[in-house]
Amino acid sequence: MAVLEEHFERTIEKDRRVEPRDWMPEGYRATMVRQIAQHAHSEIIGMQPEGEWITRAPSLRRKAILLAKVQDEAGHGLYLYSAAETLGVDRAELTLKLIEGRQKYSSIFNYPTLSYADVGVIGWLVDGAAICNQVPLCRSSYGPYARAMIRICKEESFHQRQGYELLLTMMAGTEAQRSLVRDAVDRWWWPSLMMFGPPDDASPNTARSMAWKIKRHTNDELRQRFVDMTVPQAEALGVTLPDPCLRWNAERGHHDFGEIDWSELKRVISGDGPCNAQRVGVRRAAHEDGAWVREAAAAHAAKAAARATGSPDAAGRAATAGGSAAGAGDGAGAAARAGATA
Amino acid sequence: MSEWPLYEVFVRSKRGLNHVHVGSLHAADDETALRHARDLYTRRNEGVSIWVVRSEHITATSPDEKDPFFAPSGDKVYRHPTFYAIPDDVPHM
Ligand SMILES: [Fe+2]
Ligand SMILES: [Fe+2]
Repeated sequence: MAVLEEHFERTIEKDRRVEPRDWMPEGYRATMVRQIAQHAHSEIIGMQPEGEWITRAPSLRRKAILLAKVQDEAGHGLYLYSAAETLGVDRAELTLKLIEGRQKYSSIFNYPTLSYADVGVIGWLVDGAAICNQVPLCRSSYGPYARAMIRICKEESFHQRQGYELLLTMMAGTEAQRSLVRDAVDRWWWPSLMMFGPPDDASPNTARSMAWKIKRHTNDELRQRFVDMTVPQAEALGVTLPDPCLRWNAERGHHDFGEIDWSELKRVISGDGPCNAQRVGVRRAAHEDGAWVREAAAAHAAKAAARATGSPDAAGRAATAGGSAAGAGDGAGAAARAGATA
Repeated sequence: MSEWPLYEVFVRSKRGLNHVHVGSLHAADDETALRHARDLYTRRNEGVSIWVVRSEHITATSPDEKDPFFAPSGDKVYRHPTFYAIPDDVPHM
């Protein structure tokens, strides 16, 4: 045990990656499972606010772009569930926890999308904030998580650019279009800043996550970086960010900005945001409505397997095989568990 | 718990390169696993060939025997070209 723990500490210290079947402290495993699951849920729930606009896209071009973007978010969720499963959990269990409200997702997706400008502002600000958060996570100490983040970050740049281009187009349009953009920016700015989580002095787990190199920067550092990156983009777009305190501070070399309404963040996280019930409800309905598809595919596979082996018995076995499937690759569920108790 | 078994996915990103492990997914059978792998891991031409294999069919080294398992190669420095001293003036070595 002491030897294993020392090996783990040395891996972290030398900036090497922890891999699925390595011994790791239970606290590290639990923290990784919680963080990866929350992140996966955020990607999946994150399809909804924009997904609502797919059928109402203003042109075929915008529709194709939005479809591809939302499809990417589904992919991000699946990369992350795949990473979570390397820690010995099952993604079906995680989905249950999400729809039963036992696991959280990013507060940002509990706000409504009121016009097509929201699609642009989400791409620009929400995906922009996600990029800020996710780029350092590409060096996170848990190997499968870091690799999923690299894959995700490669795709996020398309998300942000399509959003910004959409807004540029609208800003070059009619006065009515410009006012839709301004309205969307006003509504999304503060929730975007809240995406980085509570302030450092109210974030008790940050120190441990930094020590384990799961996180590389504090919430406030990342939030500041996001503000500094976004201000010139807002200028180029010709919109005003809704914060009278926002100004360049030459002494700090950063922008100062106003106080965030932390009570709002708390309220939205604890389930009382404008769309919480709707988002979870839609996810639950999708899961339940899809049950027959999952069952039919499993039954078809079992039948095909039975036909291939010619044994009627094989059908039953094939149907239950999924239950124990936890192999030895990177996605070694049972093996990871075994490693944990070794 | 999961109704569909877990598959590991390997992608050859272009001709001339090996297949590389990219992640995993669940699918009802081998055929749909390939289709899911295409949709999930090659949305931007990331691959020209995909392998999928049921995770339970992979046999892997165990982490506790990591050191002894790889020990046989640890003390064989003579397997490396740098082990051999060759005079500097011998060309093309
Ligand atoms: Fe994403
Ligand atoms: Fe995104």
